[in-house]
Amino acid sequence: MTTDQDIASPELAACEVHGMTRSSFILRGALAAGAFYGTASVAPFVSQALAETGGGDVEILNFALTLEYLEADFYNVKGKSLGLSGEAKKYAKEFGAEEAAHVSALSAAIKQLGGKPVAKPTFVFPATSEKSFLALASVLENTGVGAYNGAAPSLQSKQVLASAGSIVQIEARHAAAIDLLIGKSPTPNEGFDKPLTQATVLGAVKPLIKA
Amino acid sequence: MLNSPDEEAPQPAGIVERLVRDDVDRKRFLKMAGSAGAASFGAFVLAACGSSSSSSKSASTAAATPTSTTASSATGDIGILNYALTLEYLETEFYSKVVSAGLFKGKVGSLIKTFGAQEASHVAALKAAVTKLGGMPAADPMGKFPITSATQVAELAYTVENLGASAYLGQAAKIQSPEVLASALAIHSVEARHAATLGTLVKKSVTPQGAFATPADMSTVLAAVKPFLS
Repeated sequence: MTTDQDIASPELAACEVHGMTRSSFILRGALAAGAFYGTASVAPFVSQALAETGGGDVEILNFALTLEYLEADFYNVKGKSLGLSGEAKKYAKEFGAEEAAHVSALSAAIKQLGGKPVAKPTFVFPATSEKSFLALASVLENTGVGAYNGAAPSLQSKQVLASAGSIVQIEARHAAAIDLLIGKSPTPNEGFDKPLTQATVLGAVKPLIKA
Repeated sequence: MLNSPDEEAPQPAGIVERLVRDDVDRKRFLKMAGSAGAASFGAFVLAACGSSSSSSKSASTAAATPTSTTASSATGDIGILNYALTLEYLETEFYSKVVSAGLFKGKVGSLIKTFGAQEASHVAALKAAVTKLGGMPAADPMGKFPITSATQVAELAYTVENLGASAYLGQAAKIQSPEVLASALAIHSVEARHAATLGTLVKKSVTPQGAFATPADMSTVLAAVKPFLS
């Protein structure tokens, strides 16, 4: 199993494609339980969620939607509140609009599949300056790339897969631009981006979800 | 757009020959369908993901896949992998020539070298993947590229990387094997990172297609790279 530690060494999760079964895709349930009842209550909630649903594309899309809500809020709300300048301001505006477009597209896709889009959680971002904002942006974008790359092979619909691919490419472009801006490598995983399991992604974003 | 549909008919001879040969490989692979074919799927995971211990688990799972399904699904994937390999050969040669020309110094020069090495690692992984699936890796097309100035090269690199990202995106939904798909996605987002980086270098958008990247089909991409084939 993966732990929060994997985010620091994502290669551990690199080849766990087979660990990503649809029925194990429980992020939505885990997020909700963690947010409302605290993380100690997550386990029973997860068991219940697994018993009630077979997973599937809707669950994966809702997982992606939660991440896009988070990114959109990060740029559009937190970014605005910090008074960014220069490239940081330009990227926050552009990328924020693109993340918002992802939110709309994913919500529409979920409805098309007969599902119900998850509600937008309330987020809390520990960024207090342009510097810490960009550092967190790098983590979020790179985590987003790994999340999509990790979940995509579990998608059943080829159409949904194509849409997810179209979005992950944008996340990767965002990640590279932000990393360049803060003097980091635009290719932190070298030639092959590492897929992340939903558990790893959950561990990374959980501290940012207030309710 | 890179070309109109009616311009797609004349294909580079080398590419056509390779695609035809791939078709022969496909038929051969169907005939040799057996446990070896299934095992090669798992071996591909090893080739593409490195020596992580979790690979062995994936390999054994893949080897348990029903043989008939594995064989028929692998054939299309070999064609896609060889197509990607051809593009990666071109990118590798391009960066190699750019580095030799010594047009870039410092941080940019270092990034160009890094990207070239990453394209070379894609070539190695794709060649290994094709072989493991029982196919014959496409030959190096020996590209030719105009190298005149740093600005011209950076613009060309930006075009090439955006094309590469679109090419991978265009194939994602056609890939049958989840392992091959995972590997293609791992490469796809790196091409996107390269494209964005070069976008900052040439002062163009890092997301020229907006919030949703546009896929490109095989004939469009092959027509676009035709001028670079010797």
